[in-house]
Amino acid sequence: MKLLIVGCGRVGSSIARNMSDDGHDVSVIDEDPEALQRLPESWPGRFVHGHGLDTEVLVEGGIGTADACVVCTDGDNTNIVIAQIARKRFDCPCVVTRVLDPARAAFYDTLGLQTVCPTSRSIDIMTEAICATPGRMTDDG
Amino acid sequence: MYILIVGGGKVGSNLTSTLMKMGHEVTLVEGDRDRYALLEEKFEHVVRPGDATELFVLERAGVERADLVVAVTGDDEDNIIVCQVAKEKYGVPKVIARVNDPRNQPHFDMVGITLTVSATATILALIEHQLPQHELVTLIDLKRENLEIVEFAIGSGSPAAGKYVRELNLPNRSRLISVTRDGRAEIAIGETQLAPGDLVMAILEPDVEDELKQQLMPA
Repeated sequence: MKLLIVGCGRVGSSIARNMSDDGHDVSVIDEDPEALQRLPESWPGRFVHGHGLDTEVLVEGGIGTADACVVCTDGDNTNIVIAQIARKRFDCPCVVTRVLDPARAAFYDTLGLQTVCPTSRSIDIMTEAICATPGRMTDDG
Repeated sequence: MYILIVGGGKVGSNLTSTLMKMGHEVTLVEGDRDRYALLEEKFEHVVRPGDATELFVLERAGVERADLVVAVTGDDEDNIIVCQVAKEKYGVPKVIARVNDPRNQPHFDMVGITLTVSATATILALIEHQLPQHELVTLIDLKRENLEIVEFAIGSGSPAAGKYVRELNLPNRSRLISVTRDGRAEIAIGETQLAPGDLVMAILEPDVEDELKQQLMPA
């Protein structure tokens, strides 16, 4: 499939590498040209230097024909706006968006965006880990 | 009216003082701590610190009872999110957003923010208005009403030159508003005769623009 990734940080670059290794056609957009360093030296996909809110940059990254789009820049609001552009203006069939703020993630889910909130996930996992331990074993326990 | 203003830069702080003088109840939200401290000296309890794209910050600022939310930060994404959340989540009846980069205008339109203000676009429109023109110039774009007010000059080659307004075969969804000749404007009526050099204002639905051009401008 054709995949577009907006934001080439730890998350974006890892998904890019994995999907490319699996034989998918991957394009990556980042506003920092240095972000290319996060990808393998022999990166077979495309790398577009530019801001994901810039429609021309999205088009150059292939948003018009992408089967899926992952939005994971370091700004929640930027991600939410880009995700809506990908869905509403380019009819991208699958758009997954990272939103760190649980409240905004939940609200935009109700508007039909597919959000992933690492904060909520961390809260759940850490709470579960705490609750699963018996605590200190004391003699007078 | 209760008005919530987001972004305490020059625009936001001047809006706050003006609206307060007009007797409105205003809350100004500013995300930058240093900027907030400065504003607080002037506006006291009217200004609140916080990132207004955080829902709890909006809630504590009373977004649920706001009649109007104005987002005028220097960041277009933030302005879009504040307005979209205010409208869609909290049912605020009216939102106004500042567009910093005119290339982002379509993104505001996309999420249904119909009232936007862009300094760059406004200045460009003013320049166009001052230049000798051979094209339709949009003066006001009433997006929500799906209407626009345009201005154009009647050239010597215009098919409308010398004709009375009543003789023109204008598109149904358009009206001439006024004719300006030698610096004097008059309301356009059926008996107004058009002459080369006249500046004409019209109101129309955007999709009949081409049809109107055909009637009034040389081919």
